[in-house]
Amino acid sequence: MILLFIVLLPILAAIAILFGAPPRRTALWAAGFTLVATVLMYLGFEAGQRGFQAVISFPISSDWKINFTLGVDGLSLMMLLLTAVVTFAAIWFTGKITQHEHAFYACLLLIAGGAFGAFASLDLFFFYAFHELALIPTFLLIGIWGTGNRQAAAWKITIYLATGSFILLLGLIMLYRSLPEAARSFDIRALQKTAGLIPAEAQSNIFLLLLVGFGILVSLFPFHSWAPEAYASAPAPAAMLHAGVLKKFGLYGLLRVAIPLLPGGAERWNTLLIVLLLGNIIYIGLVTIAQKRLDWMLGYSSVMHMGYIFLGIASGTLLGTSGAAVLIFAHGISIALLFAISGEIRQRTGTLVLRELGGLGKIMPRAAFAFGLAAFASIGLPGFANFTGEVMVLFGAFRNGANPERFGIYQIAAVLGLWGVVISAVYMLRAYRRVFMGPALESLSGATDLQRSLRIPIGMLVALTLWFGFFPQTFVRIVTPTFKSYFTSKP
Amino acid sequence: MTIGAPILEIEVLLIGLFVLMVEAFFERIDKRTLAFTAIFGLAAVLVASFFLTPSPADVATSGFWSFYTADPLAIFFKRFALVTTIFVLVMMIDYAPIVRESIHGTTHQAGLGEFFALPVFTCVGLMWMASAIDFVMIFVSLELVTMSFYVLVSFTRRNPATLEAGVKYLILSALSTGFLVYGITWIFGVTGQTNLARIAVALADPAIESGPALFGMVLVLVALGFKIAAVPFQLWVPDVYQGAPTPVTAYLSVGSKAAGFVVLLRVLQPFFVLPQMERVLLVMALLTLIYGNLAALPQSNLKRLLAYSSIAHAGYLLVGIVCLAGEAIAFYLVAYLLMTLLSFAVLIVVAKQTGDNIEDFNGLSKRSPFLAFAMTIAMASLAGVPFTAGFLGKFYIFDAAIRHHQTTLLVVGVITVACGFYYYLKVVRAMYWEASTSDVAVPLSGISRFAMAAMIGGIIFLGVYPQPILDALK
Repeated sequence: MILLFIVLLPILAAIAILFGAPPRRTALWAAGFTLVATVLMYLGFEAGQRGFQAVISFPISSDWKINFTLGVDGLSLMMLLLTAVVTFAAIWFTGKITQHEHAFYACLLLIAGGAFGAFASLDLFFFYAFHELALIPTFLLIGIWGTGNRQAAAWKITIYLATGSFILLLGLIMLYRSLPEAARSFDIRALQKTAGLIPAEAQSNIFLLLLVGFGILVSLFPFHSWAPEAYASAPAPAAMLHAGVLKKFGLYGLLRVAIPLLPGGAERWNTLLIVLLLGNIIYIGLVTIAQKRLDWMLGYSSVMHMGYIFLGIASGTLLGTSGAAVLIFAHGISIALLFAISGEIRQRTGTLVLRELGGLGKIMPRAAFAFGLAAFASIGLPGFANFTGEVMVLFGAFRNGANPERFGIYQIAAVLGLWGVVISAVYMLRAYRRVFMGPALESLSGATDLQRSLRIPIGMLVALTLWFGFFPQTFVRIVTPTFKSYFTSKP
Repeated sequence: MTIGAPILEIEVLLIGLFVLMVEAFFERIDKRTLAFTAIFGLAAVLVASFFLTPSPADVATSGFWSFYTADPLAIFFKRFALVTTIFVLVMMIDYAPIVRESIHGTTHQAGLGEFFALPVFTCVGLMWMASAIDFVMIFVSLELVTMSFYVLVSFTRRNPATLEAGVKYLILSALSTGFLVYGITWIFGVTGQTNLARIAVALADPAIESGPALFGMVLVLVALGFKIAAVPFQLWVPDVYQGAPTPVTAYLSVGSKAAGFVVLLRVLQPFFVLPQMERVLLVMALLTLIYGNLAALPQSNLKRLLAYSSIAHAGYLLVGIVCLAGEAIAFYLVAYLLMTLLSFAVLIVVAKQTGDNIEDFNGLSKRSPFLAFAMTIAMASLAGVPFTAGFLGKFYIFDAAIRHHQTTLLVVGVITVACGFYYYLKVVRAMYWEASTSDVAVPLSGISRFAMAAMIGGIIFLGVYPQPILDALK
């Protein structure tokens, strides 16, 4: 029941706002209540148990065995927690909206509602449909309230995501059809029991479709070009929600659907995936260094970090896969904070071109401190959850078939992946120096520091990433039961 | 209480005649009452359709039931035709002032009565067509539909574009009728039958020459291709759709097309024993998908955009035809009915104030948030966003294609869906991003608002809970 509340409250609040409820207050209360509900769920969750908890189900189509089923296991619980925290922060960070204030908050809540629904759904049909619910709100958010070349950015993200989604849809229908008549279902629980029934040829085809479909949604190289542009143009709260939460849908989908149900397909295409994710880490990493604007740099950095999560998914070990889950969470928090601060800087200085910024640390000390923490987290300094995730991913990938005499593709990928850490240190620290260090530019002297009230969302985000950085076992213990069943034959 | 199926058509016919009589003998009344009469009459027939007795299960060898059926598909499409006509009549009430302007008449209401009566007769034709299982019956009902459309398309005859549309429709429609009759004679010549079930039996006989029968079928396909606006028989669509009075365009693109698909489903059934048939249809589906979607991309006039979009949707429906997926087609048509009529309904009220170009919708969200919202739902559904009926329609169609391993269709389908997102969201962009040219709210009558709300509700309800439609076909 509480799960239904979490999924429906943001959507109902969005509808209420469209019908004239006071936008900011309604949105903040709705986000606050869902956050409280999610935390209650987290506290009441019985870690270490396999299977799904708090399951609730309504029949939709008996011909297709589609049911509106909600439920959580450790993995989806952490995704819900991430969504709740980032949504709350994004709405809190929303500044003054000059036009269509109602529509703005409604769109934000719809994106959040779509993410909640997708992560809580146990039925593939609704898992897919909820994600798509966010498509038009995203289009409108970037198109109406965006900055820079917002039109092109809005078109690009919409058409990319729509194409990716339909490829994904074909994959899901094929998955459904590849099963014998009696076993057909869209229910993830039922599908998990039928994993062995899909013929090898079909597994390979379906996995490729799912990989491309989910890959486009997560900006897997070379389908990434929508992401930096969209995040640079989007208003800060939209970028926080999309880069922090919604984009993770594709990774969650791979972890939830593609890897457990199509192990043969995963094996067949792993080499391709590793080549592509190294494109994310190395190529996009270098592209990130070359950026001249803070927002573009953050956008590219988020594309680059997807490479690590993909590496964890491709690693084929319990350690690496759990690391991917930790990293999804950690990256969601750190990128949301980075986009939030850069949005505040844009509001106060009117520019995000690195050359035109400098010395903001003296003018905006609070912003500099928060950005610094988020940047350190994003690089993956020890103590932050990102570090935990990256270490787990890299060790996990390295361990797959490790043989001291001969490195395989997993070991090479892990070695090259380590280079990525250096690359991200280069661009993050460079950007930090450019923006916050040095003498304060005269043109920026009018800027003011963050309001005191913003300490609450910032503190919340930082505390969470530090907590899971120092006590990763609290996180890992919750997600591993989900993954353990994937690797029964492997260490 | 139970009723025999053909009584529905007779009732609708009587409603039409009644409206016509009142129009002829009572000049002084407000002609809009006629429209309301027709709407309530049709609604009553719609209710009555739920108390039907089914037709005899086996095909009678002679007599009435050898050319008329009341199977679930037929009943389903009778209701479909009734709902379409009701919504079109609501739109026509909104459109009445424009008709008044463009008719030379002695009174200020001249011509309105016929404008409201003709769709009722078209509806009779559509309902017969849904039940037709004999080529002669198909031909006659198709002609009844087409005849009333000849008049409707060129109804606002002072407008040169409308006249052009009328002439184009007349000539090409007559040509396609010629193809239909010619095709039927070939099939009759080979099999000696006009009843579809008996043609199927005759064709299954290995002794029969399939070549001439196939030739006849291709001719029939040409005629039906014209009705459903499939490439390469789509040339008339953009001009006629743009020129015709908007409610008539809506009627053409929903009613006429749906009837075409029902007939196609029935007619093709016996011919699918011939392997060449599938290839012909496959090519047609591919061309229609590609042409409709690509040509829609650069359009700046919304009415014309919807014309190309109707070709594009014919493409998706043809994918269903290739896979002979009756259920998927039926569901898609229902979704198509709701979303297309909704977009035309909004178009009519907005066009009265500004115009029917996409840029006339600029800033509509500020002027009339409800209309902008309705249009957004319609466009989202046309593009195929989940939780709308249009998405589930595509879902079922793609599923049918996957089941039949039509890889080419799937690849092209994904590309065209992406195109669709571009041109449908173009309208959304105009309404929400662009600055408004005027800030006067668009006036909206109560009944139109009610009809639009009903269509929005229908789109979202079927997008979440499709089972009622699937059950209705069983």
